[in-house]
Amino acid sequence: MEIITATLIITLFATVCGALLGFASIKFRTEVNPIVDQINELLPQTQCGQCGHPGCRPYAEAIANGEAINRCPPGGEAGIKALADLLELDVIALDESCGEEIRERVAVIREDECIGCTKCIQACPVDAIVGAAKLMHTVIASECTGCDLCVPPCPVDCIDMPFVAITTDNWRFSNPDHSVNFISIKQVS
Amino acid sequence: MTDILLLLVSTVLVNNFVLVKFLGLCPFMGVSSRVETATGMAAATTFVLTMASLASYLINHFILEPFGLEYLQVISFILAIAVVVQFTEMVIHKTSPMLYRLLGIFLPLITTNCAVLGVALLNVNKGHNFIESIVYGFGAASGFSLVLILFAAIRERIAVADVPKPFQGAAISLITAGLMSLAFMGFTGLVKL
Repeated sequence: MEIITATLIITLFATVCGALLGFASIKFRTEVNPIVDQINELLPQTQCGQCGHPGCRPYAEAIANGEAINRCPPGGEAGIKALADLLELDVIALDESCGEEIRERVAVIREDECIGCTKCIQACPVDAIVGAAKLMHTVIASECTGCDLCVPPCPVDCIDMPFVAITTDNWRFSNPDHSVNFISIKQVS
Repeated sequence: MTDILLLLVSTVLVNNFVLVKFLGLCPFMGVSSRVETATGMAAATTFVLTMASLASYLINHFILEPFGLEYLQVISFILAIAVVVQFTEMVIHKTSPMLYRLLGIFLPLITTNCAVLGVALLNVNKGHNFIESIVYGFGAASGFSLVLILFAAIRERIAVADVPKPFQGAAISLITAGLMSLAFMGFTGLVKL
């Protein structure tokens, strides 16, 4: 008899808990805008903040809320086109007030001049700089997004931003935008 | 009032959950490599432990004891804690995205922490009343937070220190934890309950 009471009470308790959770999952459902994720994937993830937002995802959220799509210099022309395709907007020129489109670059620290102040480490949005106080710092080239943010804080100006040399690994076929994207269409009635 | 205060101090310092009772050691070793994650974990634990001791007291007092089902404590406490944590996670996700991002993945992780179940069971063993249960849970969590953040800060320093090769990695962390435990033994006798 006792075992039946025990089973009943535990079952009842579990049912109440389950019902509570089920109710909560409907009542407190959070709407996640799926378009934000899609926009975020098209952005270059440099986290450079040139668009005026603290990172790529906040900019993606702003675009989803109707901000202009031409405020991302690292994404450049190609990025604007991809965004325009996704959102069915017109392709517009890059907003010059945010910065110019530049070729892919990577930060390099002149290590014998580095005094180990850690200021660039704090500035790096992607944690691509390793080092500790009063020890030499260096850049993990594969993590660096070339965003420039570590250059101004350096008190001894020992950070260079050279262009990435084109090798067989990072060479891309140039976008044939004059032959493919702008075929003139003749209306034949 | 003095009793409550003494209970709080004794749980935080004298009977510290991590360094004296050796409960909740997995998050103590696992998420203590950076101070920021340790702080997030500490906040989540404080929240969950307080909620857990509250919920388990209510369950024990109003469901298990009237029916003489004390032997079902473990399973019903686990169930109640999991439900409370999941429920609050949903509510926080809806009402405060900022807090949700701060506590993040730590909330569901902490549900299966042995310190959480430990608090619930110890509350019953010690025969704490409603207020004492909550204070005990909060005190345990504060003690956990204190040593977790201290330990994370030490480990950040150790990460850049010149540690002899045989001691590198987990070895030096465990030695550090042992030394901290020894140091906390100094609090014994601070409070007599």
